[in-house]
Amino acid sequence: MAMDIRLPVARKRLSEAVTTENSFHLVAPGDTVTTDITFMRGHGTYMEDDKLLASVAGVVQRVNKLVCVQALKTRYNGEVGDIVVGRITEVQQKRWKVDTNARLDSVLLLSSVNLPGGELRRRSAEDELAMRSYLQEGDLISAEVQQVFADGALSLHTRSLKYGKLGQGVLVQVSPSLIKRRKTHFHNLLCGASIILGNNGFIWLYTTPQEAEDEAGGFVTNLEPVSLSDREVISRLKNCILALAAQKMLLYDTSVLYCYEASLTHKIKDLLKTEVIENIVMETRQRLLELEA
Amino acid sequence: MAGLELLSDEGFRQDGRKPGELRKIQCRMGVFAQADGSAYIEQGNTKALAVVYGPHEVRGSRSKTLHDRAVVNCQYSMATFSTGERKRRPHGDRKSSELTIHLKQTFEAAILTQLYPRSQIDIYVQILQADGGNYCTCVNAATLAVIDAGIPMRDYVCACSAGFIEDTPLVDLSYIEEAAGGPQLALALLPKSDQIALLEMNSRLHEDHLERVMDAASKACKDVYAVLDQAVREHLQEVTALLGDQGSA
Repeated sequence: MAMDIRLPVARKRLSEAVTTENSFHLVAPGDTVTTDITFMRGHGTYMEDDKLLASVAGVVQRVNKLVCVQALKTRYNGEVGDIVVGRITEVQQKRWKVDTNARLDSVLLLSSVNLPGGELRRRSAEDELAMRSYLQEGDLISAEVQQVFADGALSLHTRSLKYGKLGQGVLVQVSPSLIKRRKTHFHNLLCGASIILGNNGFIWLYTTPQEAEDEAGGFVTNLEPVSLSDREVISRLKNCILALAAQKMLLYDTSVLYCYEASLTHKIKDLLKTEVIENIVMETRQRLLELEA
Repeated sequence: MAGLELLSDEGFRQDGRKPGELRKIQCRMGVFAQADGSAYIEQGNTKALAVVYGPHEVRGSRSKTLHDRAVVNCQYSMATFSTGERKRRPHGDRKSSELTIHLKQTFEAAILTQLYPRSQIDIYVQILQADGGNYCTCVNAATLAVIDAGIPMRDYVCACSAGFIEDTPLVDLSYIEEAAGGPQLALALLPKSDQIALLEMNSRLHEDHLERVMDAASKACKDVYAVLDQAVREHLQEVTALLGDQGSA
């Protein structure tokens, strides 16, 4: 039996591979950001003794008189209009609770979903009883942020045929800060799979649907077996996304596709090895730089 | 204490340290991908692992929810193999539950909990190898994990133990020194503002000596701070260098 043996190597600092001269203002908790009291206190800072102190470790950002400290890694901070992928955690009266990797569970009201069949009417008591037949605990959905409440909780809606229950596919979780904000977060990639890049760092990979089955209103999922070739494409994409995330590359359609193309010379399982990850991400980085120039 | 000389005539301790010297500290942030924040720390032979989840919705009994701030939930545990004698502690012993409460008090003082009403922050720490100063190592590990999770804190929390042997305050006690049974003090400090988050002492110490021991402990906490701060900055530097060329999109 052939066996793959690898020897341990010293952990290399990731940044050694990237040589960019940057001068960010980095702070750690308790550091004084500024003593000028004319500045306004933003996220990640607090006032004490007329000094503006940082409360998180990260990069200082200044917009006019507003000073914020952006932490490297946080939970998802929702904004109206964001596309999110989430998991139903609870069915309550008139609403579902959805885990979107935010600080509090998000809310999906019964009145902000499309009913099966797409009919438009007031929601009755029967609809409340049938809620669990539409979406039950553990189901994955894609949705849009409709409103942000004062305590930071999000209200979602799925009032478009784009959104709704997700069927067969793979969920990849990355840090929300790695998702690049674009005009569209739904992509049919050229390699034969589709991707939903949720702003909350949840990424959904699935086979590109053959035709628009819109009359179901997004509650019926296609349970037909997915062909081996499609599954291979999806697993390769998954490994590529994890590789990009490990090297803190921003994720959007082009970067994912370039990384996928760079990975084609390797076997799918080899994409989990650190040296291969370094290689393909370096290649992707290079191509993206060329694209910019 | 027959036969065991904790402080030699030349002023050196069992392991060759001076009275005010710390053990070697090594640490790493972001060791797990699944948790919101995680850290691993070694202080001499004491090794601890900390993970932080949250802030997230309050799980379990909803009655714990606080409407003006976040709930801090801590759990301290020791691995079966952490001590010289192998011992299984399925539900934790009395000492662990005491340290759990201490950790909770310490971090409620440091984390800006009022920013996250109705949520919960979980801090789990485990001792992988126990060689004295378990509580202090756990506090230091948890601080790094909380910073890694991007949870706002007033300041770092740095902890260090101190003892008093042969009229000399010793800091960062090892297991042998702890087991000798002298007075022992654990101090958790917010080093920038010099505020005490937690102070605990067991066995008796004369009032006249307390100030000297406290001073030694707070100096040691500031030394710990210097090491932790350097580790955090290196981590920051590394990650921002990677993110740097892509602009802040």
